[in-house]
Amino acid sequence: MKALREAFGETLVELGAKYERLVVLDGDLANSTKADKFEAAYPDRFLEMGIAEQNMVGVAAGLAHLGFIPWLSSFTVFFSHRALDPLRMLVAQTHANVKIGAAYSGLLTGYTGKTHQDVEDLAIMRAMPDMVVLAPLDAVEARAMMHWATAYEGPVYLRLARDPSPVVLPEDYAFTPGQILTLREGKDVALVGTGVQTARLLEARDLLGEAGIEAGVFHVGSLKPLDEAALVDALGPYRVVFTAEEHSIYGGLGGLAAEVLGENDPKPVHRIGIEDRWGESAPNDWLLEHYGLSAKKVAERVLKEVQA
Amino acid sequence: MILDERERAELERKARLLRYLVLRTVHLSGAGHVGGPLSAAELLVALFFKVLRIDPQNPTWEDRDRFILSKGHAAVGLYAAMALQGFFPIEELKTFDKGGSRLQGHPDMTRLPGLDMSSGSLGQGLSPGVGFALGARMLKKDFHTWVLLGDGELQEGMVWEAVHVARRYELGNLTAIVDYNGLQQYGWRGAGRGDRADPWEKMPPARLFAAFGWKTLEIDGHDFEAILGAAAIARKNAGGDAPTAIIAHTIKGKGLSFTEGKHAWHSRVPTEDEVNQAREELGLSPEEVPL
Repeated sequence: MKALREAFGETLVELGAKYERLVVLDGDLANSTKADKFEAAYPDRFLEMGIAEQNMVGVAAGLAHLGFIPWLSSFTVFFSHRALDPLRMLVAQTHANVKIGAAYSGLLTGYTGKTHQDVEDLAIMRAMPDMVVLAPLDAVEARAMMHWATAYEGPVYLRLARDPSPVVLPEDYAFTPGQILTLREGKDVALVGTGVQTARLLEARDLLGEAGIEAGVFHVGSLKPLDEAALVDALGPYRVVFTAEEHSIYGGLGGLAAEVLGENDPKPVHRIGIEDRWGESAPNDWLLEHYGLSAKKVAERVLKEVQA
Repeated sequence: MILDERERAELERKARLLRYLVLRTVHLSGAGHVGGPLSAAELLVALFFKVLRIDPQNPTWEDRDRFILSKGHAAVGLYAAMALQGFFPIEELKTFDKGGSRLQGHPDMTRLPGLDMSSGSLGQGLSPGVGFALGARMLKKDFHTWVLLGDGELQEGMVWEAVHVARRYELGNLTAIVDYNGLQQYGWRGAGRGDRADPWEKMPPARLFAAFGWKTLEIDGHDFEAILGAAAIARKNAGGDAPTAIIAHTIKGKGLSFTEGKHAWHSRVPTEDEVNQAREELGLSPEEVPL
């Protein structure tokens, strides 16, 4: 188990050694996002911007257009909502080389309640031209994506998570933008996840196996760019598709899968996620159960639909 | 005195040409903003001909001063100043707002070399200015960063986020110029310096910047001598511990009898007759105008 935010802090330090123009801008949350590790290593390249995310995004755009590579540290919700307009006009529309470290995505944000639980960000970011949208499965992929994003010239939105989650991918994993990861082959039923939710699908697969259903498990960590043909190919053999995400069922992975399959290979796509409602503060296990995202709840949903 | 008579007359002539080009360009495209560019005419001419360290032949020169037009709706004024300075042919103003043009309704740095930042959504320009100024210091470069804001956009909270951080980081190499014309697209009922209430009558912008620890200068924004004097002080402040705010008192729609102080001219399109009237009021003959 390892939290994506831990990988974020550690990888910033790694990248700081490799890229001397890399700077980190923080919105007064470095001890939560773990960007404080970077400050400890490179105090002169750490810029505390205070509780003012719109300005932080704008400052990053200015720095990027001077040749710096700014990584931003704040919570998901303060990028996709609070600072959305500067992110759109100053970063995306100018193709500024800014990397958005969006910590604390989804429901599991440490008893914050709905104010800090961002379940709309993927829909917002996917719709934004020029923006690369990534949601890593585990700490290994978070690190790999950060290496790729830093080498890439342009804005990248990296959707991270607060709490420890299983490490699924091997240490030598290499990230390729657009890729569809096949984690388990199966038949009839495909489970497709993004972000840390994918790990819960591996557990759900085991539960379904006990009920005699052999589900395939796929991970879409790169929501944009997306290799649409690869997604269609990967899901080709399956009769029914379930997507699952710590995000609204609108506009995120579920929307993406329905769009792509609808145009290329129509088949039932069941979207598991937040069903047009807000989150709330509660223990993680309770939230996953209540919002239908735990392995058990996902398995139950699959069984219900398949048996229907 | 910074300027001799001849230099002053030349700058004033450029400001008159700029005002004409603004009206003519907006007339030709059938869209655009008039009042804001006219209030900033002297500021833009002073910046592009006297203040900014720039090279129109080499718009990506690394050591150039950075300039951001935060009040992006005044784009047509910026384009006129850039065209007069030789960044692109004056003729190109005819493409303003046309499909495929480099001269978009609001400045787009991905299309037009010489623009250091895109703008349009108000209140955002000072923040990338902070980025430029911080970056200059980290790169040990001596270029200065200038951001031209409207007073209306000071109503956006993001401006004050930038004002705070700029002082926090002691960015003496950053200057904000506020084109304080006291009118905006709609504004409040009443009469201030124009036909609407002055949004800042109870809280003068100079006091607001001063309260954040900025060095603050107040000038007549239509007086070249005053603009250049303030800009020289601002550049000299570069080594100091505080950014500079130049509050330039201006008149929206300045220079033409039918636009001065009238908020309705924020984004009205002048007729051909009005363009001709403007040319005459500006003392320009038909042969003298380049467009």
